[in-house]
Amino acid sequence: MRIGVLALQGDFAKHIDSLHRCGAEAFPLRYAEELGAVDGLVIPGGESTTVGKLMDRFGITEPLRERAVAGLPVYGTCTGLILLAKEILDSRQPRIGVMNITVERNAYGRQIDSFEADVSIQSVEGGPFRAVFIRAPIIRSVGESVEVLCEHNGNPIMARQGSLLGTSFHPELTDDLRVHQYFLSMTHP
Amino acid sequence: MSGDNGNEKSTWRNKVGLAEMLKGGVIMDVTSAEQAMIAAEAGAVAVMALERVPADIRKEGGVARMADPLKIKEIMQSLKASHYEIPVMAKCRIGHFAEAQVLEALGVDYVDESEVLTPADEHFHVNKHLFKVPFVCGCRDLGEALRRIGEGAAMIRTKGEAGSGNIVEAVRHMRSVMDGMRRLHSLPHEELMAEAKNLGAPYALVVEVAETGKLPVPNFSAGGIATPADASLMMQLGAEAVFVGSGIFKSEDPAKRAKAIVEATTYYDRPETIADLSAGLGDAMRGLDLRQLEEKDLLSVRGW
Repeated sequence: MRIGVLALQGDFAKHIDSLHRCGAEAFPLRYAEELGAVDGLVIPGGESTTVGKLMDRFGITEPLRERAVAGLPVYGTCTGLILLAKEILDSRQPRIGVMNITVERNAYGRQIDSFEADVSIQSVEGGPFRAVFIRAPIIRSVGESVEVLCEHNGNPIMARQGSLLGTSFHPELTDDLRVHQYFLSMTHP
Repeated sequence: MSGDNGNEKSTWRNKVGLAEMLKGGVIMDVTSAEQAMIAAEAGAVAVMALERVPADIRKEGGVARMADPLKIKEIMQSLKASHYEIPVMAKCRIGHFAEAQVLEALGVDYVDESEVLTPADEHFHVNKHLFKVPFVCGCRDLGEALRRIGEGAAMIRTKGEAGSGNIVEAVRHMRSVMDGMRRLHSLPHEELMAEAKNLGAPYALVVEVAETGKLPVPNFSAGGIATPADASLMMQLGAEAVFVGSGIFKSEDPAKRAKAIVEATTYYDRPETIADLSAGLGDAMRGLDLRQLEEKDLLSVRGW
């Protein structure tokens, strides 16, 4: 089981730590050629316009989209969720665009409005999950075959569509490995 | 600290977390809405809103203060209007907590308590724990980094020499911090208290660095980066992201250079890519030979 963590920009090292602590093999992925050798991919937090531009400039967007459509398990946090979405409110920025969701970037406001909260996640046992939101997006609407796994104050913040998973929040910034374990379970169905 | 509906706002994890999100990126100094757009189009992860870049502050002299709030708002609004959502940072003077309060009230995403501006207090820095907005501070060595973290800085940047276009101080400061951490990591526990005294750093943070071998917050590089190879050098020396000030908008072709430095920061360890990115960028900023400057002209010695 090899998990690539897209390492163009953002908190990829935190995801690699979390995946290692789950016992998975994880490595920073920066070249399109490396996509062939992964059983799963994580798109970390970062700045979505920066990561989208770098993916386009270095020829990663198209091969990644093809693999995601073909069933590669992909998990996006925050920026990763934005890049997976088909629709981004008020933006035509580059994206992978494979999940039938509409997201709103920075939906909670500026950095001083960033927060933590306990949330409960469907199919994740063991009580509340401490979710860290940083200039976070919200899923504003979901389309066909998308399952909302978690809401906070009535807003969807975690969704799954087949082999694609996205969260508004950052499990990699906590010691709680349950969301990463949930994603790893998607890589060996 | 509990806010609406059980949300706990502006936690330490939120503050450090934003710095984590900026890793591998380039934070660019901008002085106008047009420059902010050039930075965002190039792929900057954040902009630093200023009235003057450090090279001009150095040239013009006088007291350098926090930027006019109109300038900061103009930059924030221009990014929003063009649907860029990258964070906006701004600088306050060392120890000038009232400027920091103003910047927090304006809604900037990060405050840089910066030696580039004229210090307001020659003994004390801002108590950054009191703020909701996160802070970044400069350092020249590990002791200074840990003092700033002790005061509440959620991100550290090595100072370099701002506005110089000369990488030599950035290299000196990054090597000093990295060497300091390697040294602590190798010391036996009983030597750590004396080492805390030598460094002038909080004991608890000294113990933490000795155990983990790294700073408890991200460590970026600033002050003198002017080329893609400069960015590559700092990333290879251990920087986790770079600030570029005068290096972009004091060069011949800012848009092209900005994009090249963004790409060089991601692919810093692939020399073939750095070679491509370095070709045909036009003139870099002219820069200064720091050996020709006197101590009083150096910005990096500010901070205590």
